[in-house]
This record gives sequence, structure tokens and C-alpha cells, in this order.
Amino acid sequence: MTATLNRLARRLPVSALYIIGALPPFILLYMGATGGLGVEPIEALEHELGGLGLKALIVTLAITPLRRFVGLNMIRFRRAFGLLTFYYICCHLLVWLFLDVQIAGQIWADILKRPYITIGMAAWALMVPLAVTSNNHSIRFLGPRWRQLHRLTYGVAILGAIHFVMLRKGFQLEPLIYLTVILALVALRMVPKRKPLAV
Amino acid sequence: GLAAMAAPLAAASDDMLTPNSWDEITTYNNYYEFGVKKGDPAKHAHRLTTAPWTVTVDGLVDRPGEYELTDIMSAMTIEDRIYRLRCVEAWSMVVPWRGFELADLLAMVGVKDGARYVAFETALRPDEMPGVRFPVLDWPYVEGLRLDEALHPLTILATGLYGKPLPNQNGAPLRLVVPWKYGFKSIKSVVRITLTDTKPPTSWNKAGPREYGFYSNVNPNVDHPRWSQATERRIGGGLFAGREPTLMFNGYAAEVASLYDGMDLTENF
Repeated sequence: MTATLNRLARRLPVSALYIIGALPPFILLYMGATGGLGVEPIEALEHELGGLGLKALIVTLAITPLRRFVGLNMIRFRRAFGLLTFYYICCHLLVWLFLDVQIAGQIWADILKRPYITIGMAAWALMVPLAVTSNNHSIRFLGPRWRQLHRLTYGVAILGAIHFVMLRKGFQLEPLIYLTVILALVALRMVPKRKPLAV
Repeated sequence: GLAAMAAPLAAASDDMLTPNSWDEITTYNNYYEFGVKKGDPAKHAHRLTTAPWTVTVDGLVDRPGEYELTDIMSAMTIEDRIYRLRCVEAWSMVVPWRGFELADLLAMVGVKDGARYVAFETALRPDEMPGVRFPVLDWPYVEGLRLDEALHPLTILATGLYGKPLPNQNGAPLRLVVPWKYGFKSIKSVVRITLTDTKPPTSWNKAGPREYGFYSNVNPNVDHPRWSQATERRIGGGLFAGREPTLMFNGYAAEVASLYDGMDLTENF
């Protein structure tokens, strides 16, 4: 089973993932403009894009543990999922700025005054250096520091999940599931690796 | 009547009392007993059995008891009222309700001296309400009004929408409508009305006392801790709908501001 999946994964070109992954925001925008997202399309579009970002981030975080604990090797897609996360969250942010809040004076006030927005903005800002260095040149240039820098992903994921928990009213199940999954995926990084046998 | 209530607002802007469409009003709902997403109530609320429906009236009343809704309705003057609805989430609608004044029902059951508040309770039917499996709120949903708010002629119990029976997702068969307060005060599918001398607990205040006060009057000057209440978006404007300024008491200040004379509305939010 794992072997079959690994063989399939090797055959699927990464470019296909970029192309397919680029489509949802356009489809959602089209749906929003034509009534497919219900009677309040701005809120729906904003939430759908935020949710897509969290899902892509969860996939990104799952790739390393899947290889380590299950033997499933999807590592060649990890960069694509990470960049798609950034892309969805940028779209989410643009919808918030230009369709939702609209009023420039209120945007800055919201970022400073409202903790869930402060946290969401912080998570987005932390993603910028990750996106900028998601290329082979940066990996070579930064050397071991690249790995250290990209541990920021864990912080981004936890902040993103907290942002989701905080924006819902009442005690809701869905954001808590996201938070639990993300915390579990981050915690798996702390499972000690077996030391190689001394020869 | 309707014309009298509509006049002050209509003078401010004709557009302000153009009702939202049937689809808008019946597919975008907060009714957490049927799920937390806006489309969930329209999907699941058909499971609620709304007939027969009994309302228990108790507490400080002369004639407590279990009242059949059909009996209540035949004793009441049913009329249409077009009201603005402002949700605490900063969206709004205009809804053509059909119903009767809560004051008339309270007169029918006789309010005893010493009653100062009216408490309301929503039906709790785990078999019919998939949303109550998870404690989003402490079920059943409860709300309350000060007696003078309850007796105000703008406060109605709605039984219909656009002249038709109220759809379940909008709180059938009987819901409160208090147009100058955030929408969550307008409790749905009411099964109990209790007259009391003490301030009753309210669901959202129990869930987040810092965020939701007992009064919950629409007030653009008092923000929700997590978002601004200064503006609102009218449902139905599509992808590029702008925001409009929120009005004090949701535009009903002329009618209700005097209820709160001398009160600090920042303190009593």
C-alpha cells in the first residue's frame, strides 16, 4: 500500500499540484460573484480561504511525520503545500482588507485592538520569510540556518489555529479539532529519534 | 401599528426599510441548536415539530399555566411589522415579521406587582436539534428582558414572515423580536415565559460576560471586544457590498432611548 502510494507520488509532477492548488480562490471568487456562496459571500469567501490555508498547512506539517512513522514519502510536495498555504492566506488577507473591512482607518485599529486579528496578522508576517526562502537557492545560501528558520512553521500553525478558535462565538468543535491536529503534528517533532547503533 | 413604527425610520432613508428577500432571511441564520454555520438551520430545522406547541407561563403572573399556541394566537391582534435586525456579528437585515405585541400576551396572563423581568426559554429537543450534542452554549437557550422593555410596543412575538408561517430556521412557531437589541436577544422557538423579580440569566452572557451584556442594545459606540460595532453590512449586497454606519438602538432611539435615561450604556452594555 505505502509502496504503491510512493510510486504514484513519484509519478505526479509537482507542477500539477501548483496548478490545481492555484484554482480554488478563483473558483470561490466566481461562486461568490454568482450566488454560489450564499447571501453573504464576503464572509463565506473569507472563511473558505482561511480554512483552505489551515488545511494546506496541516498537510505541509503532516508530510515529515508521514515519512518517519508511516513510510509514506511525499516530501517532494512539501514546498508546494507550504507555498499554497501562503497563497491561500494572502488571498484570505486581501478579502479581509478590501472586501470585508474596507475602511483604512479601521484596519490598523483592528490589528492593534483585536487579539485574534493581531495573532492572525502575526502568523501571516511569520510566513513571509518562509515563503521568500522556499527555493533551492535559499536552501544552499542559508545552509543549516534554513532548517532553523523553517521551524517557524510550527509557530505559524499554532497561531493560525488559535486565530480560528478565537474568532468563533461560543465553545465550538471545528476550530478545536484544527487546534488539536496541529498541536499533535507539532508534538510529533519532539518524539526522540533512535540513535544510530554504535559500530 | 406598522405605519406608525415604520415612519421615523422611513423618514431617515427609504432604503432602510426595504425588506430582504425571503431567501436571504431564511438561508442565513444563527440558530445554534441546528448547527453553528449560517446554512445549518435551513438544512436541519425541518426536524423540529412545531405543532402542537405549548408555552408555559409561570412566575409572578395571575394566570400561570400551559397555553396552547393556537389559543394564544386567537386571542391576540396579529399584525405585520417591518423591522431592522442587527446581529452582534455586525451584519444586518430588514425583516417583515408577522406577530403580536408581547405586552398583549403579558396582559392576558396578568403581571403581578413585584415582577421586574421577563425570562424566556427555547425548546431543547436533542432528538430534533443536532446542534445541542455539543455544548456550544449551556442549553437550553435562555434570554431575558427588563419588564419595561418587554412591555414596550416595539417588542413583539413573531409567528410569521412575509405573511406566511414562520420557517423553523427563523424560530418557529413563536419567537421574540426586540428590534433595538442585537439579534441574539430575540430568542427563538419559545417554550417558557417566566415573570420574575430578579435579573434572569441569559445564554450569551453566561458564555462570555465580557462580550455580551444583559442589555445588548445596538450601540455603535460600544465595540464587541473582538470587533467594531461602528458599522454593519446589509445582507444581500453581494461580493462588493460596502459597510454602513450602525445607528444607536438600531435606528429606534426615538422610541426606546428613554428606557435607559440616566444609565451608563458603556457599563450596562
